[in-house]
Amino acid sequence: MSSRRLSPDQPQSFAFQPETLEKAQWWMTKYPPERKQSAVIPVLWLVQKQEGWISEPALRAVADLLEMAVMRVLEVATFYTMFQLEPVGKAALIQVCGTTPCMLRGATELIALCEAELGPRDHLSGDGLFTWQEVECLGACCNAPMAQINDYYYEDLTPESLKAIIDAFRNGETPAPGSAIGRRSSEPAGGALTLTDPSLYDGSRALPITAIPNAKEPA
Amino acid sequence: MPKAKVNGKEVEFEPGMTVLQVAELAGEEIPRFCYHERLSIAGNCRMCLVEVKPGPPKPQASCALPAAENQEIFTNTPMVKKARQGVMEFLLVNHPLDCPICDQGGECDLQDEAMGYGRAGSRYDENKRAVEEKFMGPLVKTVMTRCIQCTRCVRFITEVAGEPEIGLLNRGENAEISTYLQKAVTSELSGNLVDLCPVGALTSKPYAFNARPWELTKTETVDVMDALGSAIRVDARGPAVLRVLPRLNDEINEEWISDKTRHAVDGLARQRLDQPYVKIDGRLRPATWGQAFQAIAERIKAAKPERMGLIAGDLQDAESMKAALDLFRKLGVASTDCRQDGSKLGHGPRESWLFNSTLAGLEEADALMIIGANPRLEAPVLNARIRKRWLTGKLLVGVIGEQADLTYGYNYLGDGPEAIKRFLDHGPIQKEKPAFLIGQGALSRPDGAEILNLIGRAAKALTVVKDGWNGFNVLHTAASRVAGLDMGFVPAEGGKDAATMLDAAEAGEMDLVYLLGADEIDTNKVAKTFVVYQGSHGDAGASVADVILPGAAYTEKTGIYVNTEGRAQIAERVVFPKGEAKEDWTILRALSETLGQTLPYDSLAELRGALIAAHPTFGHIDHAPGHSSASQFAVNKIGVAGEVASTPFASPIKDFYLTNPIARASVTMAECSKSRALSLGLLAAE
Repeated sequence: MSSRRLSPDQPQSFAFQPETLEKAQWWMTKYPPERKQSAVIPVLWLVQKQEGWISEPALRAVADLLEMAVMRVLEVATFYTMFQLEPVGKAALIQVCGTTPCMLRGATELIALCEAELGPRDHLSGDGLFTWQEVECLGACCNAPMAQINDYYYEDLTPESLKAIIDAFRNGETPAPGSAIGRRSSEPAGGALTLTDPSLYDGSRALPITAIPNAKEPA
Repeated sequence: MPKAKVNGKEVEFEPGMTVLQVAELAGEEIPRFCYHERLSIAGNCRMCLVEVKPGPPKPQASCALPAAENQEIFTNTPMVKKARQGVMEFLLVNHPLDCPICDQGGECDLQDEAMGYGRAGSRYDENKRAVEEKFMGPLVKTVMTRCIQCTRCVRFITEVAGEPEIGLLNRGENAEISTYLQKAVTSELSGNLVDLCPVGALTSKPYAFNARPWELTKTETVDVMDALGSAIRVDARGPAVLRVLPRLNDEINEEWISDKTRHAVDGLARQRLDQPYVKIDGRLRPATWGQAFQAIAERIKAAKPERMGLIAGDLQDAESMKAALDLFRKLGVASTDCRQDGSKLGHGPRESWLFNSTLAGLEEADALMIIGANPRLEAPVLNARIRKRWLTGKLLVGVIGEQADLTYGYNYLGDGPEAIKRFLDHGPIQKEKPAFLIGQGALSRPDGAEILNLIGRAAKALTVVKDGWNGFNVLHTAASRVAGLDMGFVPAEGGKDAATMLDAAEAGEMDLVYLLGADEIDTNKVAKTFVVYQGSHGDAGASVADVILPGAAYTEKTGIYVNTEGRAQIAERVVFPKGEAKEDWTILRALSETLGQTLPYDSLAELRGALIAAHPTFGHIDHAPGHSSASQFAVNKIGVAGEVASTPFASPIKDFYLTNPIARASVTMAECSKSRALSLGLLAAE
């Protein structure tokens, strides 16, 4: 991670869309009026949902909305790496996990592929469709290596399957998220080896209920 | 009071003190970088680690740990020493070893503490971190690689200066201090950032690479850039004044000074008048003192007293004003004035031109009405104190006059005298200690005396003055003004005030105008008159002068200044006057001899004696009268009853950085002025 700076290319202005503003107001009501700046993180997140990234005019709009110094908003936006300070790809924001389990399972190749396909990390690709980043653990180590693309996890990736996913996004499609090798959630590769007895799931093993624990004795 | 033991020595402490403060009470110095008495506690440098019992068996950050009854504090155990050495090693991992080229060298907290806790060599073999330089304006130079992220600058600019423009961006190893979008800091107190920075990350830009601290002669004196009389230390090398630093004075400036106080000193080396000049055939020509005095004597002997006038400037010491006043009174001149801005103060009780609550006393006020003043520009350090009180939530502020950004919230009550009238029949308010702050913007206008009366009556109605509290505060902008008013440097019976003198001069009705350092006047009006200018800088006054007598600037003479509270303070000489220039009172003494009206004092001590004998207040050095005479002060009787115009009040300060001849001669102040104009959008960016 290097020092995160505001993008040199900034839009002229920023305006909250009505639904963004409505949600922002909902967050602000969670705090006392004189402490509404407590809502800065969710409001920044809403801005990022609306625009895809957080621009300098947006920082000022958030500061005005929450009546706080714009420097304080900038501090928060640069502190949390999930806030994007540069425009992100229109088709997809690819966040490849590079932490130990994913790295041991081949994240390095995924990263090399991204670099070859999409150019340098953290910046828009040449066609403006993609931005890719290396991120820290996303908590899906069972399905390593994995990447978060926009809002979903794409798991059990190989350079080939990631390339297919990138190509699909490039063509305007949205590939199905989840395991790329057909694994169900985090079951063992090749299917479950334990807890396979169907009677575990059909209710036949359940004991009949005779008394409800802690219930009052009938009078 | 609770007791604690520090290294086995028992001390009593106030409840609420931190372990660090208790250790200081016991005389144990705790090393610190982020902790500062006047800022909030951050606790992020970890240098102040101590061992505390009872408590977890690990070192604790003493700055953020509340002291408790029967606590045992250890500041010198092997564990503490080892812990601090560890912290120091981490701090030095990324700190460059550039002390030989660092301006902080010799007065650097990190350098000093490294002597006690640093290792002889480094165990760190990786690349050191480097941080891009940041722009912070014309006064603060940055070398951000040296920054240790103590965040003192962030806390100062947010809490004290009230302009939250500096922040800590990014995090961890990448954390860096910056202003928002690297714009110049817009606070008038930004120079204090340099003092606060414990390392060489923020250093003084105008002073960069000028001198080492051990080469400097340090003189403790008082400031004259505004009427607060802030305590300063002036550092000089040889004949050159190199820098000004604040001194601690809780009564006046705590430990802050304004940027003008700190950085106008390069003006002391420019535009100086270093020898007498006499105008011959329309051109100023160098002359000897004797020729200059002769030229003046001829004119004075030929002129009638009622066609002569004396105007004193804003930076004059009390002694020179006393000498000038005595001389002109001896000559029978009634037209003498120290109020070149046209202020109408100076008649009636002394309380009517003082800051009676005292500056520190303002921190007890619970309501403050600012009338015709912009304290942020007229006295930035006072403004920080008002903000400090406002931040406690116990001060209600109202403003009548210009609607400026004062760094604190206020109720805007109106722009002119009409807004004051509303309070005349106002009943007593539900406040214990209400105060007025009256600026020269309200008093230096033709109806100033009537407005003073109006404000006085409003003060009476709002019980601003009562037993044990006098909240009637006049904020002056000129360092010399209160001394002038105290000694009666106003027109005598039948005399003209400054504005009338100038009008008379324009109409050709004056034969001689003597400007004692007076530059803030419309000099076009005296073009036809014989003008004597006595002062230190070639500014407005000298440009129209027929005879120039080179005087001493405030760092070149010892003299009494009375601040806006009525507190007499002695300024010390730091360096000698330039060239042939002399201390101002000696010039007037010599002139009096040429005129055959010899003044009755041969030394500064005799002059001071005469001054104190005539006006005993000058003898109370470092004493502000405060509310001692509140019960005799008839606040509703001051000024002159009469009609007032409804013109809005305007602050007398148009450009904070260029208010006096020294500041106008300063390159640094010119840059600051330009930078401020740019940030306000008054100038197009180049």
